[in-house]
Amino acid sequence: MLSPADPPQKVMAVAGGDHAGPSPLCRAAGLALAAVARVLAGSSVRWIASQPDTCQRVYFANHTSHLDAIVIWSSLPQAVRELTRPVAAKDYWSRGIVRRWLAEQVFDAILIDRTDIKVHQSPVDLMLREIGPTKSLIVFPEGSRSVSGEVGEFKSGLYYLAKKRPDIELVPVHIDNLNRVLPRGEFLPVPLLSCISFGPPLWLERGEAKVDFLERARRSVLALKE
Amino acid sequence: MNDIRTIALIAGVLALLTAATAVGQFLKRHPDRGLDPAAVNTFNLRLRGWWIMCTVLAAAFWLGTTATVLLFGLVSFWALREFITLTPTRKGDHRALFWVFFAFTPLHYVLVGLNRYDVFSVFLPVYATLFVLARVAFAGDYKRFLERTAKIQAGLVVCVYCLSFAPALLQLPLAGAAGTAGTGNFRLLFFLILLVQFADCMQYVWSRMLGRRLVAAAVSSNRTWEGLLGSATSTALLAAVLWWAAPPFEPWQAALTGFVVAIMGFAGGMTMSAIKRDRGVKDYGTLVVGHGGVLDRIDSICFAAPVFYHMTQLIAGVGSR
Repeated sequence: MLSPADPPQKVMAVAGGDHAGPSPLCRAAGLALAAVARVLAGSSVRWIASQPDTCQRVYFANHTSHLDAIVIWSSLPQAVRELTRPVAAKDYWSRGIVRRWLAEQVFDAILIDRTDIKVHQSPVDLMLREIGPTKSLIVFPEGSRSVSGEVGEFKSGLYYLAKKRPDIELVPVHIDNLNRVLPRGEFLPVPLLSCISFGPPLWLERGEAKVDFLERARRSVLALKE
Repeated sequence: MNDIRTIALIAGVLALLTAATAVGQFLKRHPDRGLDPAAVNTFNLRLRGWWIMCTVLAAAFWLGTTATVLLFGLVSFWALREFITLTPTRKGDHRALFWVFFAFTPLHYVLVGLNRYDVFSVFLPVYATLFVLARVAFAGDYKRFLERTAKIQAGLVVCVYCLSFAPALLQLPLAGAAGTAGTGNFRLLFFLILLVQFADCMQYVWSRMLGRRLVAAAVSSNRTWEGLLGSATSTALLAAVLWWAAPPFEPWQAALTGFVVAIMGFAGGMTMSAIKRDRGVKDYGTLVVGHGGVLDRIDSICFAAPVFYHMTQLIAGVGSR
């Protein structure tokens, strides 16, 4: 694999980011926040036929609540967490000082503008540019939070990610009960217990059609529901 | 005098637990004794639970009344979490649940800590109940209204209200220790928990040995009438033998209390079992890998604590004004 010391700096330079790694304050905030999120969401974490690893991965999950990204991020072991960047909606996460600070400094999130998707600046290219050769991603291929609680159709972004970077492991994640902790349209959480399940990685098969792949990926998330 | 009793009680329990652990480990190492290995495993897991319970209780006692009330408050909070997690609620219940978790539960324990029996005895059953009904109505979702509000109230009453009578024992004025929580009060709480755990254990043993008639086969496949009667009788006997540990009791009063506590504990187990069956789960802790839930451990204490509190109050003669 890649040597762990060098590449991150290079990635930062390539990405044109103006921050050089998290400051001690942000790291402490990250640790504290991960602890709070774990306690508040009471999440038990299961790795089913899968292991935490620092190799490059895309964690893709069903989207039920604004807490999803934070909870997945905090249920990863610290070494993995530091290499993992959630992809989040710009319209939500850049509103307000606290949210923006959390997204930019603590989670190191990649914010995607959902309202203004340009052809030459596709979100997939942006994500791939931002993660470089070392970082992992947390994505929600449904695009927005499901209203019914069912797992909806996946958008095609996951397919293009898999196609452009066939070396990355795609890890399905199922989030259970978090929509009751913070339902759509609510801002105060209720501390129920949730469950985060990580499944075995999958890859885009040679010649697999987009629709088939997306359906297979969606079913791999649903399979973790039991 | 008081301290000798406390030490005797704790030493007795520790000796019993140590002996049981030795037996459990022996049975685990010698699976050829013709005993069901699953039963041995259950026994060992139970024992581990008791050790944890004992250690945590001892630490709380050592730290004092406030720490004990806080400990039970946290246990209530966690149990309620498990209860509501496994109970389907709708989005319209969200705000009501928020207040239940972050206002009513903590406030109730504050009242318990402040020894305001007059307020805390009605706070949840009356005011929280009315609040939940109104808040869910205000949320504008009337589907299965009574069913949904009843679920939240049942959770509050069992997990929070009933359990809080256990730490409330520490504030019960007893003859001799006016006002402050003496070692007598701590022994009383320890006595209650010991009786409930013993009753649970005896219920299992008697059901195994003599159990024929199931109380309700659909709800629980191992709780029998013989188990209930046997456990109530054995618990009454233990209570009578240990009467010196619980301050206001004469031996016969201790025996009567033990009998009632065993029956209430059994009822608690049955009730929680019915709810679990309805939800199709085995443990409240299924969401937490590898642990039985907190609620599975405390269901019988929840049911036994209020009746133990009120019997003690009655016997100590402090209930009558």
